[in-house]
Formats: sequence, structure tokens, C-alpha cells
Amino acid sequence: MAETLLSVRSVSKSFRGLRAAAEVSFDVEEGHVVALIGPNGAGKTTCFNMIAGALAPDAGEIRFAGRRIDGMRPDQVCLAGIGRTFQLVKPFAGLSVLDNVIVGALRRNSHVGVARRKAHAVLERLGLEGKRDQPASALTLPDRKRLEVARAIATEPRLLLLDEVMAGLRPTETDRMVAVFRRLNEEHGLTILLIEHVMRAVMALSREIHVLHHGELIASGSPDDVVRHPAVLDCYLGEEAV
Amino acid sequence: MKALLAATPKRALFLMAVLAGVLLALPAFANAYILSVAILILYFAYLGQAWNVMMGFCGQLSLGHSLYVGIGAYVSAALFVHFGIAPWIGIWASILACMAAGAAIGVLAFRFGIGGVYFALLTIAFAEFTRIGFDHLDWVGGSGGFFLPVAQREINDVLALRGSPAMFYYVMLALTVAAFAFCTWLLRTRIGYYWQAIREDPDAAQALGINTFRYKMLAVIISAGMSSLSGVFFAFYYNNLFPEQIFNMSRSIEIILGPIIGGTGTLFGPILGAVVLTVLADGITELMAAFGWEIPGVKQVFYGTCMLVVIVFLPNGIWPTLARRLGLERREGGPHG
Repeated sequence: MAETLLSVRSVSKSFRGLRAAAEVSFDVEEGHVVALIGPNGAGKTTCFNMIAGALAPDAGEIRFAGRRIDGMRPDQVCLAGIGRTFQLVKPFAGLSVLDNVIVGALRRNSHVGVARRKAHAVLERLGLEGKRDQPASALTLPDRKRLEVARAIATEPRLLLLDEVMAGLRPTETDRMVAVFRRLNEEHGLTILLIEHVMRAVMALSREIHVLHHGELIASGSPDDVVRHPAVLDCYLGEEAV
Repeated sequence: MKALLAATPKRALFLMAVLAGVLLALPAFANAYILSVAILILYFAYLGQAWNVMMGFCGQLSLGHSLYVGIGAYVSAALFVHFGIAPWIGIWASILACMAAGAAIGVLAFRFGIGGVYFALLTIAFAEFTRIGFDHLDWVGGSGGFFLPVAQREINDVLALRGSPAMFYYVMLALTVAAFAFCTWLLRTRIGYYWQAIREDPDAAQALGINTFRYKMLAVIISAGMSSLSGVFFAFYYNNLFPEQIFNMSRSIEIILGPIIGGTGTLFGPILGAVVLTVLADGITELMAAFGWEIPGVKQVFYGTCMLVVIVFLPNGIWPTLARRLGLERREGGPHG
């Protein structure tokens, strides 16, 4: 079962001399939930953007299901089977919540009627069905984050990239989100790679954690190992985290 | 189609039936002046609809739509005058020429990441240098103008676009209705959804698997092709073409005022905007004439004032507000008319 779905090999990216990612390598096995954590500015979102095709790496290689995807356009990466959310949410503000999700669902279904039914199901799952006719611009931030997830799931990805979707949620809402992802993972075998600061969610969801600091991978392993790792405690979690 | 009817409020269907009746019967009771104003309204409603495909649906601002009107007009007119090719055949050449022009602009802009204001400037540039080109193209009369032989007005021949004003009225009405139906359909397909996604947020659209280049190209090409038809109409209705007039930037501005005032991105906005602008502008001209005043540029000042009032008080245009007041909004989701 545990085949490598995503493989990131020695990937580097610099912005005007600033190394945002330096020789980062990690794998994501099919069916796993993997977290990428680290302090602000560690290069987590840069890594995401390179996987999702929004940025081309300066060096290194990214493979998805055996295929090179580094340097592909974001839409090609999506077609290959990777769905993503944006840390700074990007709803289609003028469209209704339902229409936002229909756009995502149209990726697999060219017929709008079919896509609409799929969209309803996705909204139901994320608890947004009651707000389907509101314009996306009228949503609160937690709902926008949910919409971001709904749209990405509607594309029916094999790998879902979640960029801080729990930020700003109340603990009960976080638990609900965690439950949604756990079900997607367990029932549909969806592989998830998440960037997250909310350790409550990270610990509850992930099977492996990779820790980035100043663009470099400083630790990798199971959640229990990583949170005890001296370097991780030092730069990110702090002594009291354990 | 059935779903469309079911989702439309009864009141809206009734109003549309009344409107259709009035429009069909208009030539029977309208005098020549009213008919000419009606033709002008339909002309701008149609063109506004075409422009709206690019800007209203897909978010790509064209300030040079006179380019497509002009090319469409000149191609059909030249084929007719020089080779005797009837407009119903020439029209296809016009459509192809305009689509090619649109594709050229699209490739240049979208391949090299020219967006927003710079894209708008590019569309102006194309219209302008085409105008200058036609000024020096003696084959179609250059700056001196290109004239079509004026034919008998008693015999109506739709295929040759020769006939009475009433015939031209019905041709323009048919075009406007067809454009409206076409756009209604487009908005309900994957293309329409993808366009709106690109308009709202190109990055998010791309992340959802949308090839933004392809869909933006599609918007420009369809919009250009639609616009070419109004050019053909213009050529055979007025029978004279001057590069200075038809390619002029003020023409492009006139085209976009209607949809902006009526409501960009809506289906009825371009039509409502054309009615409001044309009726009021002509009304003012008439009023001035009645009082015996002559103030040059009063129409432009009026356009500017309209624009100002709408942008300040109704930033989404007149139609969305009006539709809400009249209770004409559709019930279940879907893109809004």
C-alpha cells in the first residue's frame, strides 16, 4: 500500500539571495497524512508553491506518482491530481458559495449539472450547505477557509495540500475540520500534506512530521519523536510544548 | 431550457413576453425617427453584449472594441464592392478576420503576461494602428472613406442586407436576441463558470485546473467574432465607412458605456444600458434642438455625467438593483441574469 506518491528531492529556491528552501527532500506515502511545520518564514509555503506549480524550483526534482511535476503550470499540477488551498484565502468573491465549489467540481465533470450535484455533496461534508446561496464575499474567515477546502476537494485530488486551514478557527471548529480530514483520509484514501501551526490539529492528524527552519529540513519522523527533537524544541515549539 | 424557465420568476416571463410583443410590432406603429433610434439601441445592446463576454464574464478589459467593428465592416464591404460577394457570405470572412485579430492580441498579451491596464492599452494600440493603416489603404478608399452603392429601399433582401429600415431593424433585433441567448447559454456551461473564476481570481482558477490562457483566448475570440457582425451591419446600414470614425477610440468608449451603466457581467445590463444611454442622449439632443440651443459636446458631457452617477451610486450598474426591486432575480443558484 505505502507507495511513494509525492517525492521532493533536493529542492532549492532563492528570492534575491534569500534561500527560502535549501536542498529540501521528503516523501509523502500514498494514504498518509503528513505535516510540514516550522516557524514563520521557514519556507513551508514556498515548498507548497513549488509542489503546486505556482513557483518553479531553482534546483531539484519533484515527482508525483512517478511523474516529474516541477516546472509544470498550476493547472497541469491540478490535472495531475494535486489539490491545494491558499494560506491567504482566494475565494471567487462575486460568485455564490455553491458556484465556487462547482468551478472545482468541473475539473472532473464537464457537465454543469453533474458538477452541481458533486458540489452539493462537498458542501454538505464541510457544513457549508446552509450558506450555499450566499456570495463568497459574505462569509466569515473560518467559513472562507472551509470554502477553500471544499473547492480543492471538489477537484477530487489524490493529494491535498492544506496551507494553514485551521488558523483562526476555534478549538471546536478545529476538531470538526480534523474530523473531516480524517474521514477523507480513511474513507477515500486521500493523501494529505498540511502546513499548520495549530499543533492540536497536527498531532491529531499526521502520521509523519517534517520540520523546516530557515529553508532547511531539520527533523523528520513520527509526531512523538519530532516534538521531543531538541532542534525542534529549540527553534519552534519551545520547552513547554511537550 | 426547461430548467431555465422554471428558475425564472413568473413575473419576469410575463415582462419578457410583453417586451417581445412590443419589439416585434414596433415597425408597424413607429415613425422613421423612432425606428432609427430603436436600431441604434439594438446595435449598442448587441455590441455591449459582445464586449461583456470579455470584460463582464472573463474580466479582460478591452478599450479597443472598435477594432473588431471596423475590421468586420471593411472586410464584408470590400468583398461586396470589389467582388460582388453578398454579405451573407462575406460575413464569415469578417468573423474569421476579427477572430484572427482577437487571437493575435490575446496571444501577445496572455503569453507574455500582459494584464489589467496594460492589456487595455494594448487593445487601444491595436485599434489605433489599424485605423492609421486603413487611412492609407487606397483599396478601400483610405481616409477619404469607402462607399457602398445605395440600393432601392423598397425591395427587402435579407441575405444581401438591402432593404427598408424595418428590415434592418428586424435583422438587428434577431442579432441582439441571438447574442442574448448565446450568452445565457455560455454562462451556464463550463466555459462560463471558468470565465467567471478567472475574472474573480486567476490564481485560484489556475489552482483548480483551469488553463487560464486557453479560456482567456476563447473569451477574446468569441467576443471579437460577435463584434464583427455589428460591423457588417454598420457597413450595409450606413453605406459609408471612414477609418477616422469607425476605428475611433471614442467609438470604443461608446461601446463599453452601455454595459458598464447597465451592469457589467450581467445578461440584461448591456441591453438596459443601451436603452438608457441612447434614449437619454437622443432626448437631450432633441431637447436642445427644440430650444434652439447649440452646445457642442453636450452628448459627451452627458455620457460622463451618467457614468459618474452610476459609478458613485450603483457601482454594479443599474440592472442588479432594478432586478432586485422588481423581484426578477432567479431563485436557485447559478450565474445571475
